Amino acid sequence: MVSVSMTVNGKAVSAKIDPRTLLVQFLRENLLLTGTHVGCDTSQCGACVVHVDGLAVKSCTTLAVACDGSTVTTIEGLAHDGALHPMQEAFREHHGLQCGFCTPGMIMTAVDLVNRKGHTLDEHTIREELEGNICRCTGYHNIVKSVAAGAQAMAGHK
Amino acid sequence: MSETSQSPDGPVTRSPLQEVGPKGHVHQPLPHDSAASHVRGAAPYLDDLRAPSGLLHLAVGGSPVACGRITRLDLVKVEQAEGVVAVLTSNDIPGRNDISLGHGDEPLLGSQTVMFFGQPLFVVVAKTRDLARRAARLAVIEIDAETPLVTIEQAEQQGSKVLPDYHFGVEDNAPPLALADLRLSGQQRIGGQEHFYLEGQIAMAVPGEGREMQLISSTQHPAEVQHCVARVLDLPEALVSCEVRRLGGGFGGKETQATQWAALAALAAHHTGRPCKIRLDRDEDFVLTGKRHDARVDWEVGYSANGQISAIDLNFWVRCGCSADLSQGAVDRMMFHADNAYFLPSARIGSQRLRTHTVSNTAFRGFGAPKAVLAIETVMQAVAAKTGQDPLDVRKVNFYGHNGTLTPYGMQVESSVTGRRIIEQLEKTSDYRAKRQEIARFNAQSTILKKGLALTPVKFGVSFTQTHLNQAGALIHLYPDGSVHLAHGGTEMGQGLFQKVAQIVADELGVPLAAIHHAATRTDKVPNASPTAASASSDLNGMAARNAALTIRSRLATFLSEKFSCSTVEIQFAHGQVRVGEETLSFADVVRMAYQARIQLSATGFYKTPKLDWDRTRKSGRPFYYFVWGAACSEVVVDTMTGENKVLRTDIVQDVGHSLNPALDLGQIEGGFVQGLGWLTTEELVYDQHGRLRTHAPSTYKIPLASDVPDQFNVALWKEPNDEATIYRSKGVGEPPLMLAVSVFCALMDAIGSLAPSKPVHLDAPATPEAILRAVDAMTRPNEEGS
Repeated sequence: MVSVSMTVNGKAVSAKIDPRTLLVQFLRENLLLTGTHVGCDTSQCGACVVHVDGLAVKSCTTLAVACDGSTVTTIEGLAHDGALHPMQEAFREHHGLQCGFCTPGMIMTAVDLVNRKGHTLDEHTIREELEGNICRCTGYHNIVKSVAAGAQAMAGHK
Repeated sequence: MSETSQSPDGPVTRSPLQEVGPKGHVHQPLPHDSAASHVRGAAPYLDDLRAPSGLLHLAVGGSPVACGRITRLDLVKVEQAEGVVAVLTSNDIPGRNDISLGHGDEPLLGSQTVMFFGQPLFVVVAKTRDLARRAARLAVIEIDAETPLVTIEQAEQQGSKVLPDYHFGVEDNAPPLALADLRLSGQQRIGGQEHFYLEGQIAMAVPGEGREMQLISSTQHPAEVQHCVARVLDLPEALVSCEVRRLGGGFGGKETQATQWAALAALAAHHTGRPCKIRLDRDEDFVLTGKRHDARVDWEVGYSANGQISAIDLNFWVRCGCSADLSQGAVDRMMFHADNAYFLPSARIGSQRLRTHTVSNTAFRGFGAPKAVLAIETVMQAVAAKTGQDPLDVRKVNFYGHNGTLTPYGMQVESSVTGRRIIEQLEKTSDYRAKRQEIARFNAQSTILKKGLALTPVKFGVSFTQTHLNQAGALIHLYPDGSVHLAHGGTEMGQGLFQKVAQIVADELGVPLAAIHHAATRTDKVPNASPTAASASSDLNGMAARNAALTIRSRLATFLSEKFSCSTVEIQFAHGQVRVGEETLSFADVVRMAYQARIQLSATGFYKTPKLDWDRTRKSGRPFYYFVWGAACSEVVVDTMTGENKVLRTDIVQDVGHSLNPALDLGQIEGGFVQGLGWLTTEELVYDQHGRLRTHAPSTYKIPLASDVPDQFNVALWKEPNDEATIYRSKGVGEPPLMLAVSVFCALMDAIGSLAPSKPVHLDAPATPEAILRAVDAMTRPNEEGS
């Protein structure tokens, strides 16, 4: 067992864990943050995306100990004071989900995309950037719309 | 991508059919019932639920070969492994080792012989999932291996079948074929499809008082889980319950295929007395659960110089896998859709249901119909090539209506005018004719890149073809604060069923949507529910819930009319209020008063679909309540050197009746089309000669991504009210759109066909770059028929 400490959704957490513990296991099983999902187990579907030090990572193939000292944000940490983050609001408003299982990962990827590429995103860029996130329900049409709208809304929400 | 329009030109009004729902929630584009929770990660799936005290975890141990006799199953090391609480085999099953749907051909755990690679032979119960999985690998399994039947041809040669052959249509089609002016035959292979629901198979069993067993399962068919667990544990069905709040996708893959995992969890809970959970990982899920059937279709068609079909034989050889599962219904539905939208004066539709040593194939969105639609549309392409006509003109000349309306199975197609008008509208809005000329010019100048175009229709029959499944129940309670508890037998898997049913109940009771709590689906609340399948769940559960709401509303109205001495006609329920003559009361006040007056505030509702009387043995009657129509026009470009290809544009017009919720319906259409696109272009299942699936993860099995969707993707709803008296005259929308992707496949054929215009294209599905190159080679080889 090894000690690991990190800041998750603004709170300092530490625990003794098996060094093989994946970040997603640590979040789901130790911290009970179950909004981050496991879809494919092999970092292809993107349902497990969270932010580590401000960048999107797939938590199903990241070791928790590798995040020692890091700042982690999960889908649960995106809303502030009960108000949805603009990207969350956009997915709700534009029907960017059906079964909802991929949604947390999609939203975390989308926020990271806006952080990296700005608020005015063309459709081609959004589609290319979502290549690490699989949705089996929507056909992506409404997801792309949601990301574009969420990106715009984030401009007025610093 | 252009903005989605929500209604076609040509508004349709037929006054006698305008008996639409009360104003308010029905027909509104409201978001999914859990949308606000999903975006916060706050809508729990089974694996997100807080673990009950003492929870144990399961892992399965499977066969290392596809076929043979078990000579040794030594589990000593597994039992001795760290954290292991129990190791269970078929000998530990107190009831019947049978998870089949009545055929008795599919065990929960294999014994004596094995049926497919990976088949579960034992299950490990341990303190953690990781320990259970590690222990499962310590088993010593020895099998006297035999050569498995893997391919359709191997099973065909051995006469290996899961069910008897079945056909309908004319008995002897040889004379009509012989009389035809022109004849053509061909063969096509059509691949299967992995569901790839994002939430994998998962179940949890919690032992209750005495012998009670409660299941939570990611299943589309909770009643089947309940009945199967009772059978396996030798319990009365009344002691077993199954609950499901939501699935992370189903697509048919959790109709029967969820049952095994729930039954294993229940078996473990029975033996340990503790809650037990099993979650397959993605590779296990691929290997151990059934998929869309794959098939070979052999066809022969007789036609005239204008492309009109006079006689056709369509014979399907279907790989069902190791057991019957749902192959009766799925292959029957395939046969029912072999006509697609066309009148076939003399048709013989045949099917052979082959048993192989591969995982048992199962339901998948469309339930057989997609293969049949692909087959007949391939025939249309071939006839067009031979007669030198535009394929759309061949489709039009054969369309139901002009020449006849009788299907090969004897049901009349009464709504073909809807299909015809959809085609005509799409021909205009997609600029089909202009684009045809533009593509001809492009192809004349481009030697390597070739463009293709196709406009294909879909006709889909709604109703379970097993008539008894067309029933549904619902349960509604009112509480004194005016809140409403709603339950029905349908499961929510992302399609938006819960929201549609809540919209209906809100309007019938005249309360805001927020007043309605939509409870999880439970077998002890609404019993004997049919699976959530067949595009019929809004029709069935929506109507059952409406009937329950009407019962309660009528009780309240009768009570108020007596209390206020007025006619029930003067009582109106709307916006959370009840108007009684000149007075206005809050809904909650009415409920409280009714409670004081001892009025029953709970009601069940029931519905059974009318008009259905299909008799499979006599091959007569009506299998479907109504047909859904749709059409898609797709334009593609193919690199004939590499087989790479791209969809440039797709236009869709889809019949949804008087939509219960146009936003949710659009989502079904877009998602269904893209799922069909994956099935027909990139998703390829590869079994090796030993019967091992070699494409068992998204690394080797390609699901469409956001970047694979057409650049231009225009979807319009055709909102003509259903001729039949469905819930608010809406139509089912779950499955039909998947088959719109056949337009892409036909457009690929069209592009390849430009290499040798009078030669039919022989393209197998999925149209991977390799399959396209094979088709291109056949076109450019001299003196050989392409088909």
